[in-house]
Amino acid sequence: MATDSRQASSGTRPSNFRGPDVPAPEDMYKCVHCGFCLQSCPTYLETGLEAESPRGRIALMKAVEEGRTEITPAIVGHWDKCLQCRACEVVCPSGVPYGRLMEATRANVETVFKRGFKQRRARNMGFNGVLPNTKRLNRIGGMFRFYQNSGLQTVARKTRAVRLAPGGSLEKFLPRLSDNFFIASGQIIRPEGEVRARVALLGGCVMRLTHAPTLDAVTRVLARNGVEVYVPETQGCCGALNAHSGERESARDMARKNIDAFLEVETDAIIVAAAGCGSTMKEYDDLLANDPEYAEKAADVAERTRDIHEFLAELGFEAPTGSLATKGKDLKVTYQDSCHLGHAQQITAPPRQLLNSIPGVEFVEMEESLICCGSAGTYSLIEQEMSQRLGRRKSNNIVASGAAVVATANPGCVIQMEQALERAGEGTQVRYVIDLLDESYQIADDTN
Amino acid sequence: MSEKSALVHDLEQVVEPTHVVWRPEDLLVYEYDGSIDRNNPGAVVVPSSVEQISEIIKIARKHNAPVVPRGAGTGLSGGAISMEGAVVLALTRLNKVLEIDKENRVAIVEPGVVNLELGQAVAPYGLQYVPDPSSQSACTIGGNVGENAGGPHCLAYGVTTNHVLGMEVVLADGTVTWLGGDAREVPGYDLRGVFIGSEGTLAVVTKVAVRLVPQPEAIRTMVAAFSSVEAASETVADIVASGVIPGAVEMIDRLCIEAVEPAFHPGYPEDAQAILLVEVDGLRETVAEQAELVEELCRKHGTTDWRTAEDEEERETLWASRKKALGALGRLAPNYYLIDGVIPPTRLPETMSKINALSDELEIPIANVLHAGDGNLHPCILFDSRQPEQVEKALIAGGRILEMCVEVGGALSGEHGIGLEKQGYLPLVFTDEDLEAMARLKPAFGAAGMFNPGKIFPTDEQREGIPHAAIMQRLTSDMVI
Ligand SMILES: Cc1cc2nc3c(=O)[nH]c(=O)nc-3n(C[C@H](O)[C@H](O)[C@H](O)COP(=O)(O)OP(=O)(O)OC[C@H]3O[C@@H](n4cnc5c(N)ncnc54)[C@H](O)[C@@H]3O)c2cc1C
Ligand code: SF4
Ligand code: SF4
Repeated sequence: MATDSRQASSGTRPSNFRGPDVPAPEDMYKCVHCGFCLQSCPTYLETGLEAESPRGRIALMKAVEEGRTEITPAIVGHWDKCLQCRACEVVCPSGVPYGRLMEATRANVETVFKRGFKQRRARNMGFNGVLPNTKRLNRIGGMFRFYQNSGLQTVARKTRAVRLAPGGSLEKFLPRLSDNFFIASGQIIRPEGEVRARVALLGGCVMRLTHAPTLDAVTRVLARNGVEVYVPETQGCCGALNAHSGERESARDMARKNIDAFLEVETDAIIVAAAGCGSTMKEYDDLLANDPEYAEKAADVAERTRDIHEFLAELGFEAPTGSLATKGKDLKVTYQDSCHLGHAQQITAPPRQLLNSIPGVEFVEMEESLICCGSAGTYSLIEQEMSQRLGRRKSNNIVASGAAVVATANPGCVIQMEQALERAGEGTQVRYVIDLLDESYQIADDTN
Repeated sequence: MSEKSALVHDLEQVVEPTHVVWRPEDLLVYEYDGSIDRNNPGAVVVPSSVEQISEIIKIARKHNAPVVPRGAGTGLSGGAISMEGAVVLALTRLNKVLEIDKENRVAIVEPGVVNLELGQAVAPYGLQYVPDPSSQSACTIGGNVGENAGGPHCLAYGVTTNHVLGMEVVLADGTVTWLGGDAREVPGYDLRGVFIGSEGTLAVVTKVAVRLVPQPEAIRTMVAAFSSVEAASETVADIVASGVIPGAVEMIDRLCIEAVEPAFHPGYPEDAQAILLVEVDGLRETVAEQAELVEELCRKHGTTDWRTAEDEEERETLWASRKKALGALGRLAPNYYLIDGVIPPTRLPETMSKINALSDELEIPIANVLHAGDGNLHPCILFDSRQPEQVEKALIAGGRILEMCVEVGGALSGEHGIGLEKQGYLPLVFTDEDLEAMARLKPAFGAAGMFNPGKIFPTDEQREGIPHAAIMQRLTSDMVI
């Protein structure tokens, strides 16, 4: 039902969503409040509150759209608590495009609603200052790394000095950084034998700082499977964190920059190893639908974007032969579906297929592998309490599975689960699926 | 009420303030359930223990505030919607399976346990909980008890009341007591049966002892497509007349197929006007025999496409297409008004034709999905609640369908209850004396004025005027907070 979005959809009142990015009424009125999404929602499972459920959040959108209420701090609070994990979208029989709705709602909140000063400062620092700027990220990354390696971190933790720093207890959320960053410099990694496919690789903003070795592993695994990998130099952050937080304009700028970078050279696919970036790039067409210059190019990039696990499963990968068993004992591995892989991209089988193919791995499912771990991009910084509750829930489920390793597919999830397990005093390792596959390939090489 | 009331202050002494809801905009998410109706509650409280519930009841009493129990809010007759400013008491946090007694095949659960999760909890023991409402992935056992819920597999094995042995309730004075059997045998009247299906008007259910049964040895799930709803309906009437009682006999029509095909890709033939989903279960030999008979009857009535689910995955797809059909209707229209009328299955063919004719006459789309085996119709009238003319038309169509059911010797509700939705139609089937006799039950438990006010029984205006006027008024009023 197409409705003029400025006119309220019912009654005589004007909509209280205003500005350029408004959630589409036809999206929200697809919700028939059947409640089928309730049990998929991590925040509802934790609180039992309707306002922290997908159905409740959509009901609040409808009420604002119908002009029945202003956008109040309480309402924004419920929307902010949403992890945008999109578990609800997958189970919704009515096909409510929840991810799109919430992104647009957040964008609207950012234009219409006045946040308190503290909230504003925390958000601005990340979205407009750091993420879009690669050099700045490198520099800050360098600072963080120095800080972590110099032992200052331990001192700071002991004295709680960081708590006094602006941004409060930010320190304990800082991930450990890799020793060397993954630098995109237009390099090309060539396979030894026949070239089966040519791809471009996204380095990503967080992953290339925190998990550079995994990106190296990605290039090795691809090359081993006959894939030529090109890493465009002019690429930057994909814009995912911005888009999810309602910072759609800066996200669009970042998307345009990346589209230019990835369309410079003709490739068969654009490979993404971080699930969050992959899902955003697959939706570039939505993000830039109203940009006459970029709409078509965005659709092209979206169409060609492939998650690494998805790509390997489609292409057919060389069966790994190196065993990960130690002293004859299989390595027990479980898998956490990263929300942006399992829900947003609906890719659940390929990572499991990869894990199951590795010799010496005993694969076990854990309970609630499709429930968000609480990382959710910047969520872990802004909604700390809920994020930690979900982290605890996750570490409990991981431990209950009896696995020694939990594998996953996204940097945020790796960092969150590492911290949650550490807090719980558990020694379970967190690894990327690709790292395990790479390790098996390497072991095979070493023994030959 | 944009300031905390004295009632809210008192509630916050018992339950954490995060789980006492009172801001007008926060209450917006408790004004609806799964039905088309809506109304604002006075406050909402979401406790985490029986002790808290007992205290809440006492506080509510002190403030003369009535209480409405609420499960997942998937009810389709407005049972969990608050009238007269009642406090909604949501049981979503009491969600533990407390005990599974494998030997005696009994489980004791808290009321907020979701139906499907109970099923998953007992499956490893080779057991199942039979009542399987289509909403089972969301609705709670407490809500099932409240509405005496049914489901596709209740055809052969009976509805909720046949599977609940006993329960703990909190009465209107805050007393906690056990009704019925199992956990503790209590001599005297079987009050359990009285409370099941009482739609939250008598007490708050806080624990339920349910009967479990072994999973069947064999299951066969079959789908038959037909070129007309009448042919499918005649097949159902014949299956029922044959004496075979399949586990489930479900039907969906063309409009429903259009909603579920893009959602679940069950692969129904494009020209099918109706689909029958039949499941037989039990001992291996019986299943084979019954399946053969069902196939024969479908072929006799000219099924255009026949198949049996090859594996569990296909069976699940077929069931998802049926159980999630209502939700999928959101792809066709923003709202559906589902009429839960029941008719003798032998009258299916003519009644389905009449419903089709009504849809043409009123020019309003009606999608049919039904528990065909026991004649439980679920015509879904599609409309847009933002358009007052459409709301009115939908309500009129609903009333006409209920009248049709009563005319052929049927009933107003198969499984969704009366609630707010059908209270105006009760005089169609009950005399004033009947209604008065029933109304005496509530005061007998001291629950008058305490639990779920304004439900089930027709108001004076409804008796004298248009049965759906009150709903119409609520749906079209400009409820700004
Ligand atoms: C898509 C869809 C499909 C459905 N399919 C079916 C079906 O196949 N069969 C069927 O029978 N129903 C069906 N329903 C209706 C609904 O799911 C059932 O009525 C269900 O039992 C309601 O459970 P709930 O937890 O959502 O309860 P609610 O809707 O929250 O409450 C229902 C009633 O029970 C009372 N109640 C709830 N909890 C308690 C408690 N602890 N103590 C006392 N009273 C309580 C409430 O006051 C209310 O009157 C369907 C609904 C939807 C949306
Ligand atoms: S499952 Fe979909 S239609 Fe149903 S309540 Fe959730 S979002 Fe709405
Ligand atoms: S996106 Fe995740 S957190 Fe947000 S409403 Fe949906 S299920 Fe809940």
